[in-house]
Amino acid sequence: MNGLGMNLAKKIRALARFLFGSSAHAFGTLSVLLVLLLAIVPAKDRFREWLWYQNQYRRLIQDRPDATALEKRFQPGIQQIWLPDLSVTDRCPTCHVAMKEASLAGVSQPFRPHPPMPHSPTEFGCTVCHRGQGVATTVEEAHRSTKAWEQPILPERFLEAACGQCHEQPLPGTPQLNSGRSLLTRYGCVNCHKLVTPGGSTMQGADRPPSLRHISQKTTREWIYSWIRDPQAWASTATMPNFGLSDDDARDISGFIASQSTGDQLASMPGSVAGDSAIEQGLKLYGESFCASCHAMRNASGTIVGGNIGPELTRVGSKVKPEWLAAWLKNPAQYLPGTAMPHFRLSPKDLEQLTAFLGSKKDDPLLANVHLDPATPSQIAHGRKLVNEKGCAACHEINGVDHPENFAPDLTTVGSLPLARVLFAPGIARSLPDYLEAKIRNPRAFGKEMKMPRNDFSDAQVTSLVVALLAQTDRTEVRGKTQPAFTRNEFQPTGRAGQLFSDLHCLSCHSVNGTGGDLAPDLSWEGSSVRRAWLVDFLKNPNTLRPALIRRMPRFQLSENEANLLADYILSVFQTPAFVSDEIDESKLTTTEASRGKSLYYGKYACNSCHVLDAENDKGYIGPVLTQVGLRLNATWVFHWLKNAQALRPGSLELNWNMNDDDARAITAFLMQQKSSRKPGGPK
Amino acid sequence: MKRRLILALTLLTLAGCQRSRPPVSTGATAFGASIAAVSQETQVGRVGALLDRPLAVQVNDADGNGIAGARVEFTAIGGASVIPASGITGEDGQIATRVRLGDVSGRYSLVATTRDRAGKPLQAHFTTIALDYRQALGRELSEKHCARCHDERSTAERVSNHDNLRAPPHSFFDGTTLNKLPQSELLAIVAHGGAAVGRSPEMPPYAATLSASDIAAVLAYIRAIAGPT
Repeated sequence: MNGLGMNLAKKIRALARFLFGSSAHAFGTLSVLLVLLLAIVPAKDRFREWLWYQNQYRRLIQDRPDATALEKRFQPGIQQIWLPDLSVTDRCPTCHVAMKEASLAGVSQPFRPHPPMPHSPTEFGCTVCHRGQGVATTVEEAHRSTKAWEQPILPERFLEAACGQCHEQPLPGTPQLNSGRSLLTRYGCVNCHKLVTPGGSTMQGADRPPSLRHISQKTTREWIYSWIRDPQAWASTATMPNFGLSDDDARDISGFIASQSTGDQLASMPGSVAGDSAIEQGLKLYGESFCASCHAMRNASGTIVGGNIGPELTRVGSKVKPEWLAAWLKNPAQYLPGTAMPHFRLSPKDLEQLTAFLGSKKDDPLLANVHLDPATPSQIAHGRKLVNEKGCAACHEINGVDHPENFAPDLTTVGSLPLARVLFAPGIARSLPDYLEAKIRNPRAFGKEMKMPRNDFSDAQVTSLVVALLAQTDRTEVRGKTQPAFTRNEFQPTGRAGQLFSDLHCLSCHSVNGTGGDLAPDLSWEGSSVRRAWLVDFLKNPNTLRPALIRRMPRFQLSENEANLLADYILSVFQTPAFVSDEIDESKLTTTEASRGKSLYYGKYACNSCHVLDAENDKGYIGPVLTQVGLRLNATWVFHWLKNAQALRPGSLELNWNMNDDDARAITAFLMQQKSSRKPGGPK
Repeated sequence: MKRRLILALTLLTLAGCQRSRPPVSTGATAFGASIAAVSQETQVGRVGALLDRPLAVQVNDADGNGIAGARVEFTAIGGASVIPASGITGEDGQIATRVRLGDVSGRYSLVATTRDRAGKPLQAHFTTIALDYRQALGRELSEKHCARCHDERSTAERVSNHDNLRAPPHSFFDGTTLNKLPQSELLAIVAHGGAAVGRSPEMPPYAATLSASDIAAVLAYIRAIAGPT
């Protein structure tokens, strides 16, 4: 070994003498080294990842028929979108070279063209929507999460979150975002978590948790106990989450809440033993009043039928006291000012029957095993402590408990949450979407002491919620660029008609000028479209116009006076500025026009595909029944509706037919003849 | 030096051995004679999404009755994943798995495999479809404007108008018909209506109601789900 080493040393010395022995040799050697060193830079450049992709791209396009044009538009080298005011430096087009080449649809990434989009990449760059590291020029660094760059590219299924950074109003192209945002309000997430939307308004809960100030008038402590243990056992559609309370905790909370309730006990109902016939009549009334437009109930076959504006009524008979139920149905606002429930004008007999029917919807086994001794002062004190800890007053009004401020973390910028501030539970991938998903699915997986309760969301609901939360980024500079200050239009009718509007809660379902619900037709221009006599009749007894509709307008049992008052208000206030109401003089429409209109109706425009006009022969289910349209609508409205319905009610199912004046006049003439007094025949 | 070489070689050999360990017990207590999909429905979802409904298969004995205790393996091809990937059939002979679609739009094939007593594989095939953003937008628009007539199924929220029309509208899954139409003709039908191209006037023109990009999204959706492609 030693000999070998000696030998090697000798050889090195000889080599050194050769290389640096004289100044000429040394100069030569250093020159060669310098050239080698200089060569490293271009050599390294030659093997850059992006260059490899650009070469791949050239090879891909060279055999295509449009190769010359593609080659001409191809720009070699690093390509970058630089938008200093948005802090965007995106070099994505360096590899994604064919973003604008529609002819390459179907090739694999990174050369696939970008699908059509509402915004230009030169205006917003790439990472504002897709996230990832814009300045990076390697695949790994641009797309993945690294220690230096925590936000990896957003998986496509959450991409709608990008739109929600700026847009507050629901967009037609973002169903997940829209649904996620509505879940945040419908399940009351925002009752505990503060969340300021891009428009600058604080999101408000839409779940309307009931006030508990007078709860003992409404129900028993036993029911409260059983409900808070497991709300979904009572109503599978309940939005109140399961807090996983122990028996003792539920006992103490129910004791405290019952002890805080105030108000006189209601007089018990006279003759509260209801006969079967009253129950049967009540069921009929429940159907006729279209209670199911807002309330759900499980039917005999186990299916839940009905709307989700009011609570599910499957077991309401075991929940509420009959005397409270009667008082509530008589005038809901008396117990709960601000409730969404309309004030139905029910007669004493109707009240008795409806109360009898709802009271019969019992499920007593759920309460059979609940036996509570009167609550002791120490139990009540413990109950108060729990109510404060769990934040019950964030949703419910409770006497003696203040609404807690900042009870749960503010979610306004949760979409930009640095991962360093996130405590990951074991088994969860280190990314923001994965964290949010896991947290919503099972909050207590992050620690038994976590306060956040658990809702049983479906997979699609969880994804939608994650999308809505990821939209809450801190990139306000992007928002300022696009979004004019968002103004909410708060329409509230005034005067005596306005009182009726709020009493009947018309805007729970209908909307006017952007305020109100979307369950029923927009009423903004209703006064320009309908005839007075028809409207008064309809208000007194709403019949259904659309055979395929499941939810229908309830019958409020309005008096003649009330119906006339509402009709006058609607006809004088809800007028469109788009035309004058007497533009088309109905008396001047000729029978020749009408007969031409008939052939257009059944021929060229095939209106009968969607509308029933002749109850015997037509079958279309989609649009309103037109058998009596001449009694319902006025000629000018029909004329403009045929020309362009979308201009009158944007988003209506009726098309913009872009119809010429002659055709529109002819069909209007035909439709105005439809004044048959026969009741419209629905689907058989 | 030599010692190290031997050590390395030994390690390599051991690593090789790992692959050929004896087969583990499959847990199967019964073997079927055939396997069938419980539903033939082609499920459609967004890329990367968990499909709404699980995929279920039934393993049958020779008489066509469901058989409990048979082992079924689910294999997803090309980027989709299944949870769980295998299992044992229940009392009714059925077993189901949840599917998460891959991150690229397109069709994903899934295969459910069980073995008969002789060890011969029996298979049931599924197709699922992943939609990209634009196709999904097309689906939304289609649900609002097209499905009432083009989908003959009624739901609790929507009564189908399909059977009320003289010329029955084509289902958007019907690739045999729709994929034969060139893009320009499909576009003309949607934009200008059936009458303009010599078809039924019951198909109305959407050019003034939907924007050009909305119509393109609807067509992208139709092309994505119509099969065979």
